[in-house]
Amino acid sequence: MVVTLAHYLAVAAMLFTIGVFGIFVNRKNVIIILMSVELILLAVNINFVAFSTHLNEVSGQIMAMFVLTVAAAEAAVGLAILVTFFRNRGDIAVDDASVMKG
Amino acid sequence: MIAAVAFYVLAAVTVVSALLVVTARNPVHSVLWLIMAFFSAAGLFVLLGAEFLAMLLVVVYVGAVAVLFLFVVMMLDVDFVKLREGFARYLPIAIIVAGVLLAEMIMITVAVANGGAAADAVGPAAATADKTNIEAIGRVLYTDYVYFFQAAGIVLLIAMIGAITLTLRHKPGIKRQDVGVQVGRNAKTAMELKSIETGAGLNPEDLR
Repeated sequence: MVVTLAHYLAVAAMLFTIGVFGIFVNRKNVIIILMSVELILLAVNINFVAFSTHLNEVSGQIMAMFVLTVAAAEAAVGLAILVTFFRNRGDIAVDDASVMKG
Repeated sequence: MIAAVAFYVLAAVTVVSALLVVTARNPVHSVLWLIMAFFSAAGLFVLLGAEFLAMLLVVVYVGAVAVLFLFVVMMLDVDFVKLREGFARYLPIAIIVAGVLLAEMIMITVAVANGGAAADAVGPAAATADKTNIEAIGRVLYTDYVYFFQAAGIVLLIAMIGAITLTLRHKPGIKRQDVGVQVGRNAKTAMELKSIETGAGLNPEDLR
């Protein structure tokens, strides 16, 4: 019962799939969609760290740190846009966001 | 042996809480499950020997991002039941897409782990006594990756400015301090003499 690289990659694949699944089933709720994106980025981070330690190369962990940075920035800006959208329209249904085209 | 048991427990908790994030009826519960998922993922990082990133995950994700989500979910007065419309309608296609995606990714994963670039992987090296995980990161982060590090700082700065500009609003009718006007005033503009009619008293409107 030894845990190999493939085990960690499988966990990351499952997390990624759950993130995509969440975006599919919660088409209207932007908050859940943002959380699904966070799950996808977490899966990417697990992949980075798993490869980093199994190849004995620390640069994977550096990349994971940058992914973390971008994820935090994305969450902050996304939620700020959400708050502004809610103030203007009184609702957060994504279907209504299509008025912004053109 | 104990490491394998820890891995299976942490992996199961991570996957199950991730699944509950996207299926929970109440978004507040979703955020709490997200925190759970991040905590168990941090545990997986510790098992992999990346202690610094594990602590970073707890501090940044659980301490900042998840709490931000919690604030926004509780602040917005939204009918979340209405937002769940279409959940059952999209479920079949979502399960099909997710199943295909998972099968493909597992196949690629096994192929890479057994025959790809990582085929002769030596496995997680225990942090040696002379060089800890955080020291290894620090040695390359501020030398080889210093420009990326600075760029990450700029990304965070721009995100902060963007979030503030998006959400800041000036309410009309509130008196604000204007330093330029304060410094620029002199005795002539600061004082105004009004002639009051005898017996009429002071009109409050004149004082405005």
